[in-house]
Amino acid sequence: MAVELQIRNLHAHVEGDDQPILRGVNLTIRQGEIHALMGPNGSGKSTLANVLMGNPTYEVTEGEVLLDGENMLDMEADERSRAGLFLAFQYPVSIPGVTLANFLRHALNARLKEEDPDSKGMPIPKFARLLRDKMNLLGIDHSFAGRYLNEGFSGGEKKRAEVLQMATLEPKISVLDETDSGLDIDALRIVAEGVNKLTGPNMGALVITHYQRMLNYVKPDYVHVMFAGQIVESGGPELALQLEENGYDWIREKYAVAQS
Amino acid sequence: MVVQRRSRVENIPVYSRSDVENLIAANNEPDWLRDHRLAAWETYENTPMPGREEEWRRTDYSHIRWADASSVVTPNGAVAADVPQKNLEPLIGDKQGGLLVFVDGKLVHNEVADELVSQGIIFKDLRTAVSEDPEIVREFLMTQAVKPTDGKFAALNGALWDHGILLYVPKNKVAELPLHAVIYNTQSGGHLAHVLVVVEENAQATVQVDYASADSETQSSYIGATELIVGDAANLRYVALQEWNRQTYEFSHQRAMVGESANLDWVIGNMGTRLTKAFIEVDIVGSGANGRVSGFFFADKNQFFDLDTQQNHNAPLTTSDLLFKGAAKDQARTLWQGMIKSLPQMQKIDGYQVCRNLVLSHEARMDSIPGLEIEADDVMCSHAATFGTLEEELLFYLMARGIPRPEAQLMVIDGFFDELLQRIPFERVRERLHAEIEAKILG
Repeated sequence: MAVELQIRNLHAHVEGDDQPILRGVNLTIRQGEIHALMGPNGSGKSTLANVLMGNPTYEVTEGEVLLDGENMLDMEADERSRAGLFLAFQYPVSIPGVTLANFLRHALNARLKEEDPDSKGMPIPKFARLLRDKMNLLGIDHSFAGRYLNEGFSGGEKKRAEVLQMATLEPKISVLDETDSGLDIDALRIVAEGVNKLTGPNMGALVITHYQRMLNYVKPDYVHVMFAGQIVESGGPELALQLEENGYDWIREKYAVAQS
Repeated sequence: MVVQRRSRVENIPVYSRSDVENLIAANNEPDWLRDHRLAAWETYENTPMPGREEEWRRTDYSHIRWADASSVVTPNGAVAADVPQKNLEPLIGDKQGGLLVFVDGKLVHNEVADELVSQGIIFKDLRTAVSEDPEIVREFLMTQAVKPTDGKFAALNGALWDHGILLYVPKNKVAELPLHAVIYNTQSGGHLAHVLVVVEENAQATVQVDYASADSETQSSYIGATELIVGDAANLRYVALQEWNRQTYEFSHQRAMVGESANLDWVIGNMGTRLTKAFIEVDIVGSGANGRVSGFFFADKNQFFDLDTQQNHNAPLTTSDLLFKGAAKDQARTLWQGMIKSLPQMQKIDGYQVCRNLVLSHEARMDSIPGLEIEADDVMCSHAATFGTLEEELLFYLMARGIPRPEAQLMVIDGFFDELLQRIPFERVRERLHAEIEAKILG
């Protein structure tokens, strides 16, 4: 049976600031489905991504997040990841002195250790083969693996590194937070092709984007519009085209009253 | 009624002139060395214990008990097998140019590759060199780099060093294989070693010296001197790793002289001791010369490290590049004081110094005081000090990939040091140091 990520009536604000950002989000994503989440700046899209992953900067005040029936909100970020959730960051941080390969090996071994506390981790040659296969799949230069994580990476390289991590960790549900932002059209196509190779029956995706252009490459099954901390419209791919044509003004007009 | 009489004994090293004379007699040392030692002793006696000077005023070492820390150490039969295996492993491959091992001041292992000996390269106990290569020792020992007048403890080392290393690479010779020395102590008390490295014109060498000691409840002192003399167009890579036990107080003077068009690549690691006060200086004395000094330190518990660095540009067209990276946790304190100096008319110099600090607890304290004294106008000199903590943003990124928090912390701290450790040319040593850094993080 397909694994589900269920978000129910989720409320959250920034730690230390009472102003609510998420004000009752409801959404269900199943393995094999691609959902696009659109909305104007400041509507809470990135906050949702971070809250789902367990960023300690945010505090959840109400609601539930269940992955495969398990309550995610009681878990630290690392537990959520090992449970099968992935976040492709909008702004991946650089970590000096830690190579991408070493980092991914630790991440995989953390999974193995959860299954078997006595696990010695994946043998290095096996890991090297796995990583090579994933890099080949995504058309990523092998030298990438030896570079310090995101250090000195271009915008496009950072996003490709995120996709490589997603490919290696094989999550059940992935949240891609504005993976298209800051990319030129060529970089966008490369990243989107990577995402398309990874979506399929085993992965569900929540593709967060401000613009429709990402969705020219990654075809969503469902499109949702977020405004003022809630999902206010849901529909099929035609909704994204409608937003492309008309912008977000009609959303603001239609729901501004509800906000105040 | 009992009248208590308290004798006020001054808390200073318990050495005396007769210790110097006994040492000279025991080693049957030549007159020139005898004169040198006694002159150093005079300097020592005439120099007050440091304390109020600018470079000492932040360093409180009053808790040293000199009665223990300067007691005489006599070798008690410990051998190389008593030294931890990690210190004895070959630096690279399975063959090294040479390995000298000292335990409690006694040379217990001595091997030098034939291909080095046949080139006239000398790598031996400094005491042996005094009798076998007197002209070399006499020419360079405390005549150019470290001098007894550099300070109270430099003078004490000059008077009383009782073991040490001479590495001498003659003109145009290249020591292809790295040389390794280990200075290890099993007994507490006063330890005084002197390292003298002379790489003559157009010669080349790579050396590592490990300092370590067995855990002890009793205090020790290490009064050290390191002299690196890099001749014109010569090339020296020098790695010194300090892992004394936590009852040791180190007071050391380390200075390199870098000749015309020569290159020095010096890496210093400071992990051990209760307290370290080290003066680390590079004199760039020939034009076109380059000196790179890299230091890493990690203080925890009650450790206090005070590292004074100085880059002296005494010739035009010279470059120096200093990078120190350190961390402190628990209640530890660290201090780095750096200075770049240039003489007037020393144009076209490029000096750089930076100290990056990673503060790992609220109680730890790290200070950095960079400084410039530049008397020429056509120069490029810059300095910086940075302070950071473990950033939650980095930890979240690693955790979001499934890595548990403690492991994520380890990776970030380890990564912080990696840039520095990469400057050590031996992979095995880098791995060993990564493991030691991790032990400190988890400890």
